[in-house]
Amino acid sequence: MSIWRRVTNLFRIKQLTDEIDEELQSHLEEAVAQGRDSGEARRAFGSPLRHREASRDARLITWLDSLRADSIFGLRQLRKNNVTSLAAILSLGLAIGSCMAAFRLIDAVLFRPLPVANADHLYEVSRQGVFNNTPFVYDSWAYPDFQLMRAAVKDQAELLAVSTAEPVDLTYKSDAEIERAQLQYVSGWMFPAFGLRPKLGRLLSENDNLKRGAHPYAVLSQRYWEHRFGEDPGIVGRTFRMGDRVYEIVGVIDGNFTSTETGTMVDIFVPVMMHPGVSANDWSWHRTLAILKPGVAVEPVSAKLEAVSRAFDQQRMNGAMAGMPKEELEAFLNQKVLLEPAASGASGLRTDTRRPLTILGALVFLVLLIACANVANLMTAQASARARELALRVSIGGGRGRLVQLVLVQSACLAFLAAALGAVFAWWAAPFVVGMINPPDNPARLLLPADWRLIGFGLAIALAVTLLFGLLPALRASSVNPVTALKGGEDPHARRRLMHGLIGVQVAFCFLVLFVTSLFVATFERLSHESTGFSAGRVLVADTVTKQPQSLAYWNQLLEHLRHLQGVEAAAMSDEPLLGGGNWNNMISVNGLPPNGITVYMRRVSPGWIDALKIPLLDGRDFLLQDSSPGSALVNQAFANAYFNGQSPVGRSFEVVFSGNSRLRFQAVGMVGDVRYEELREPLLPQVYVPFRILDEKGGVQDIGGAELLVRTVNPNPLLVSQLLRDEIPRLRPEFRVSRIRTQLEINQSHTVRERLLATLAVFFSIVALLLAGVGMYGVLHYYVLQRRREIGIRIAVGAGAASIVRIVTVDAFIALAVGSAAGWALGLASTRFMTSLFYQVKATDPPMLVLPALILTGVAILVSVPAAVRASRIDPASMLRVD
Amino acid sequence: MSPKMDALQGSLDLLVLKILSRRRRLHGYAIMSAIQDISADVLRVEEGSLYPALHRMEETGWIRAEWVTKENGRRARLYELTSAGKNQLGMEESRWKAVAAAVNRVLREA
Repeated sequence: MSIWRRVTNLFRIKQLTDEIDEELQSHLEEAVAQGRDSGEARRAFGSPLRHREASRDARLITWLDSLRADSIFGLRQLRKNNVTSLAAILSLGLAIGSCMAAFRLIDAVLFRPLPVANADHLYEVSRQGVFNNTPFVYDSWAYPDFQLMRAAVKDQAELLAVSTAEPVDLTYKSDAEIERAQLQYVSGWMFPAFGLRPKLGRLLSENDNLKRGAHPYAVLSQRYWEHRFGEDPGIVGRTFRMGDRVYEIVGVIDGNFTSTETGTMVDIFVPVMMHPGVSANDWSWHRTLAILKPGVAVEPVSAKLEAVSRAFDQQRMNGAMAGMPKEELEAFLNQKVLLEPAASGASGLRTDTRRPLTILGALVFLVLLIACANVANLMTAQASARARELALRVSIGGGRGRLVQLVLVQSACLAFLAAALGAVFAWWAAPFVVGMINPPDNPARLLLPADWRLIGFGLAIALAVTLLFGLLPALRASSVNPVTALKGGEDPHARRRLMHGLIGVQVAFCFLVLFVTSLFVATFERLSHESTGFSAGRVLVADTVTKQPQSLAYWNQLLEHLRHLQGVEAAAMSDEPLLGGGNWNNMISVNGLPPNGITVYMRRVSPGWIDALKIPLLDGRDFLLQDSSPGSALVNQAFANAYFNGQSPVGRSFEVVFSGNSRLRFQAVGMVGDVRYEELREPLLPQVYVPFRILDEKGGVQDIGGAELLVRTVNPNPLLVSQLLRDEIPRLRPEFRVSRIRTQLEINQSHTVRERLLATLAVFFSIVALLLAGVGMYGVLHYYVLQRRREIGIRIAVGAGAASIVRIVTVDAFIALAVGSAAGWALGLASTRFMTSLFYQVKATDPPMLVLPALILTGVAILVSVPAAVRASRIDPASMLRVD
Repeated sequence: MSPKMDALQGSLDLLVLKILSRRRRLHGYAIMSAIQDISADVLRVEEGSLYPALHRMEETGWIRAEWVTKENGRRARLYELTSAGKNQLGMEESRWKAVAAAVNRVLREA
């Protein structure tokens, strides 16, 4: 209580002082009233100032008070040098803000634990192995395998199956109102295991996990319930249709749990039993999470899971791999099961952005260091201007400690102002960057709360920054020697050396930032100009679904109709767009021989598909309407290389091997050019295209429930036709609905989104770094000329030419530049080893990557040294020598 | 010659508390003159020590103060003992007696 009073007294110092004065005054009056002589009483009383001080000290926390006084003085100092202060606060604010924004992102993606009961016991189960001679880590599992694993580790851990969240099309009322929502299939017991409670109705449980297809129940996230339904209390019992099933909403989750997948906010959870792949043992579609029971070690659990999973694969592969070389089979089966902590969830976003985000964090940290060096230079220059003031303080008895405090408090004022500015910047920048992480049609969604974690980080960084740029000038200031300083200046060389050293440090970091930036920019350039093998321009991809699967004849009629629309050049369809869809792969058997271990990648396409995408036909013919599957196939060049030694396989037959050793026979009717299948970075894969006319065992043609319609337009802007498609397709056949329209170009670009993001941010930070380093160097040169103006005046007076003056002024800075660049380059070479996986066809040792940053830095250095050089060479010796 | 309060280190608190335990609501000057009068001018409190001591004890909670307006319109600050101050007085008194007795013993027997 007393301490608190003494703290609150700090904020009413004026009143306090007045009261003390009044009391002392009344004391004197009382003395006079008692008959004492007023002069004598006053003399006996002594210095009222001293009494006031003593009383004040009793009623205040003195060090806090001195801190307060120093802060006021510090702020006044900042206001006095308003231009430099503003520059310092702005540059530091930008740097701190970038750091805070990066922290928000990194924290949200990598560290923030899920809002569930046992996040710290949560692990993700994945497999590590070698396939087609390339190592891989695979996080998808087949459900029957999962069931075996769950039973095997029942006593040590609870396993959860959660699908990757996916956007789905569903309708709440009439079928005309299709909408999109993020949906995740989850094990029913996930909710009790996570300790989640319903806000309304009930959540899913073990009982919703019994029979395939028998549990059409859905649980909504609270966020979705609030946004989509305006917190409608009567939501429980409502239904929606998804595909050909109707689901009933049974409850709403209480709290902000929005899936185990970082970067996605799931709207609707349904039981895994409703997933079409739940009984397929060759369809890996869900992640497996494990909640370890307290006290259980990781290794025995993963060993058990490994044994179960291996036995499962062995049995599954028995047929399909029969006769496959033993070593390859062994290599395939020899997978290691990994259990990795997943307290903050598991997602592709997490895996894909871990490294870019770390690099981003490192870049902003470098920018922060550059800003700190900058401000340290400003403070050093300022401290030299204040040397006399500080010397005076020392000579009238100010302690060194108080002096350090004085300068540090001023630094802290600056840092906290900058941190406040930075917080504003981070508040704006973090969501902005999140918006750029994923392609626009499926943006990443992250919770970015401004809570104690962010505030704590902000405060910590402000303090660290204070020490980083404030301590050195503070210590220098406190070691001021009053005699020399008051006489008119101490040794200026030490200070100049310090400032040039800091310039060197700035240049080194700046070089590093530029170096990394040029690598990212080159990567983005090369990747986005990578040939895909097909033409994406003017192509629209319309995701088309039907209420019930429709006869293929209707689909073909639809395509035929589209081909005759105004502005449409070609129309075709496929099961998934190139570069935009799932991965469907199988083994191939030629002449009844066992598979050779090379996987082929499959796609289902209609006649005219290769024309619509302008994929060259190398041999044979395109599909005709009567071509069916099994029966006819198109293959690509890579397929011919892998299975037919580069000979055209047209007219030859092969079998596609499915699990359980069921085989379908195809004859190659045509060979086409290679195209990218799923990724831009991967090699050109062997591919097989099969027709939509799917024959079942009895020879009937299967109906089709959905496909991607491809339309090549005449107009260079294909989106002009998109409304036409949306209207035309349901008009022709009311059962058909377009749920989403993208351009193929957009799909292609979605593969370079992260590269573009990294390159953009890196360029942004390079500009900031260059700006800071430039300002820093300018400031130092300016100060340097000011310090040496008399010497320069004398040199000019005795006949030194402009060239030699410029040389004197700038030589130290350029030495710092050269040394700094060399150091930056060495740092760059060392650090890029950790980033090579992010580069595409770029090496850190490529000469342009070295030369470019060096040229830019030198250019900036020349630019900022011009004003100082000009000022130095224009010094008038006569006036300079007259001073003092 | 009057000994300075410095010679009686730590006893100022005791004296002030004692005075305030006898007479309620005194201002600083009155406390000072009370000590001086009762000790027959032997003990003299310096203003420079009295006010900081009063303020310190007030912050500690041994005494409390309030402003009252006198007849002449001036304000005066009056002090009185709190219950915490009473306890403190008891402790200080017994401590003082112990010290005094010890000093006396040394004077007698040395």
